[in-house]
Amino acid sequence: MSSSVQTPPAGPVLAPDPPPPDRSSGPGRVLLRLAGVVLVPVVTAVILWSTLDFLRNEDANRFLVVGVALVVGVLGVFFLFWSMNRLVEWLPARFREGARPYVFVGPALVILSVFLIYPVINTILISFKDAQSQDFTGLDNYRFVFTDDSMLRAIRNTAGWIVLVPLVAVTIGLVFATLADRLRRGEAVAKSLIFLPMAISFVGAAVVWRFMYSFRPDGFGTNIGLLNAIKQGLGQDPVPWLQQKPWNNLMLMVIMVWMQTGFAMIVLSAAIKAIPDEIVEAARIDGASEWRVFRHITIPTIFPTVVVVTTYMVINALKVFDIVFVMGNAEAQGTEVIAERMIRWFFIGDHNGRGAAIAVVLFLAVIPVMIWNVRRFREQESIR
Amino acid sequence: MTVVIDAVPAPAPDAKARKKGGWFVRITIVAVVALWTLPTLGVLISSFRPEQLVDSTGWWTSLAHPFRGAEWTLENYRSALSNGGFGNAFLNSMAVAIPSTVIPVTVAAFAAYAFSWMDFRGRHVMFVLVVGLMVVPLQMALIPILRLYTGGATLGGVTLIPDLDLGGTFLGVWLAHTGFGLPLAVYLLRNYIGSLPSSIIESARIDGADHFTIFWRLIIPLSVPALAAFAIFQFLWVWNDLLIAYVFLGGSRENRVLTIALADLVGSRGENWHLLTSAAFLSMALPLAVFFSLQRYFVRGLTAGSVKG
Repeated sequence: MSSSVQTPPAGPVLAPDPPPPDRSSGPGRVLLRLAGVVLVPVVTAVILWSTLDFLRNEDANRFLVVGVALVVGVLGVFFLFWSMNRLVEWLPARFREGARPYVFVGPALVILSVFLIYPVINTILISFKDAQSQDFTGLDNYRFVFTDDSMLRAIRNTAGWIVLVPLVAVTIGLVFATLADRLRRGEAVAKSLIFLPMAISFVGAAVVWRFMYSFRPDGFGTNIGLLNAIKQGLGQDPVPWLQQKPWNNLMLMVIMVWMQTGFAMIVLSAAIKAIPDEIVEAARIDGASEWRVFRHITIPTIFPTVVVVTTYMVINALKVFDIVFVMGNAEAQGTEVIAERMIRWFFIGDHNGRGAAIAVVLFLAVIPVMIWNVRRFREQESIR
Repeated sequence: MTVVIDAVPAPAPDAKARKKGGWFVRITIVAVVALWTLPTLGVLISSFRPEQLVDSTGWWTSLAHPFRGAEWTLENYRSALSNGGFGNAFLNSMAVAIPSTVIPVTVAAFAAYAFSWMDFRGRHVMFVLVVGLMVVPLQMALIPILRLYTGGATLGGVTLIPDLDLGGTFLGVWLAHTGFGLPLAVYLLRNYIGSLPSSIIESARIDGADHFTIFWRLIIPLSVPALAAFAIFQFLWVWNDLLIAYVFLGGSRENRVLTIALADLVGSRGENWHLLTSAAFLSMALPLAVFFSLQRYFVRGLTAGSVKG
């Protein structure tokens, strides 16, 4: 690390000159400082706004727009902190150290208040209002959430997602991690290949799997999807995988399992490798079978990790949206899920109240999972 | 579902597996890896096949004669980049993803430093609050923020936040991604920065360095592994995101990012496989490159974040 100390990561941030000495006084200096206090933010604001206006210009050359956006976005944040710190330097010495922590945490707190705290309150309010968020309608939206046919299907499907996806992904991940641990070589390659779908977007994965599931009835050309080609190769009829209610839900879940197994596998593999070799060796010498080692040593040792991974996946499955959204008309195919319904009502159905009510239900569903997770975590901490 | 059921091997390694790397283990591993790779492989191969071949024969038939010139083409990529507007979308994705990674990492690093090494009122309460916000599903924040961007916020007639007209702008997307990424970022970075030895910071203080200098000259260089891990995570997440880009940047042809362009292509020309496959690979290229070159950091970040304890 010694070399990196001399090379600070961002050039423009480090002022070449030291901050002005704090004992200096005299009317000229004070005026200069005051001017600085006012000028720095004003100049910053003007520069930022003029570039942002430029970014709105739809006719401008796209390369230029993107280039300017990158410069503004990346350097802007450094400049923000630097100029705020500069402002603090100009404060009288006795306030300086009291104010500085707020320069450091201030931006984070402001952003979080605007982007998370305010929206939560606002969404809860909207959920009690009508389509245009004008008048309060009491619990109507919530009544809708729990009575509408399509919503009920969405709740049923989401329940399936949060049970099946984590279960299958964690099981395969665990078995794969255990087995890969025994490979003499090729473990890293095998693990990367399983992990690879993690780097793909849900939309990309949807394309990949639409191709797998591609279906053409007899007489409408060759089936170019792998699954139906295999079916035909075995002399059976091709199947419209994505149309078969309610099994098409499982077909969509396969996509998420495919994407998330790698995550479970990597995390569990790290936990398995952390088990001290002596314990496992001692059990083997005592004549324990591999199954008993797995069942009575591996599983109990890594159980906390299994809980964390499962929680993460349950929450992900609860919020699943992209896969269903891209794979076609969810309502016609009976594959609705809660988050997807929410987007439909907000942006396509134009009913803010219903969308917000669905969001609140989603929020309430996440809380118990998190509480359970925190509790397990605490128990674990107290044991050690 | 058959695919997945086949992928589940017998519940546990049996006696044969006792020797390291027995046949059972190797065959199972190879089978699972093959199942996991085939779907992507099919798309990759198809993206290089001419349109009429993609449409009339399965991608595996090309494997039979890999050296025949007529089997392969780059035409799909050319048309996706130009007519499909994917070149433009690629640029937009860059303009969204890079600042949306740098901004939260910077803001979170400053906050994490303050939470670890600075003394101020309400430090613990604020930290717990920040981390507690991890519970909020981002779906919950979409509408209020969108309304904020287009109409500002008022409380009883008093303007709290003016109408900034941020809908459909890059800044709007950056800020939204920053807001949603911050809780996890602050949590992970606070864990790391807080665990650095206090002796370095104290000796720097004695030498007269102020917090800002310590932060830039000491903490940032020392925290590169944690910063990189979160940055990769955030970059992949932003690059692959459809929802936030769809809501805040919109689907106009000028503004749309790769995921939206790809989703449009799926919706509008459902069976144009030669375009879909090449477009899908264009959207995957950068995340896969990032993933493979920086895999070590990424994995370390994931395991550091979730196996704590």
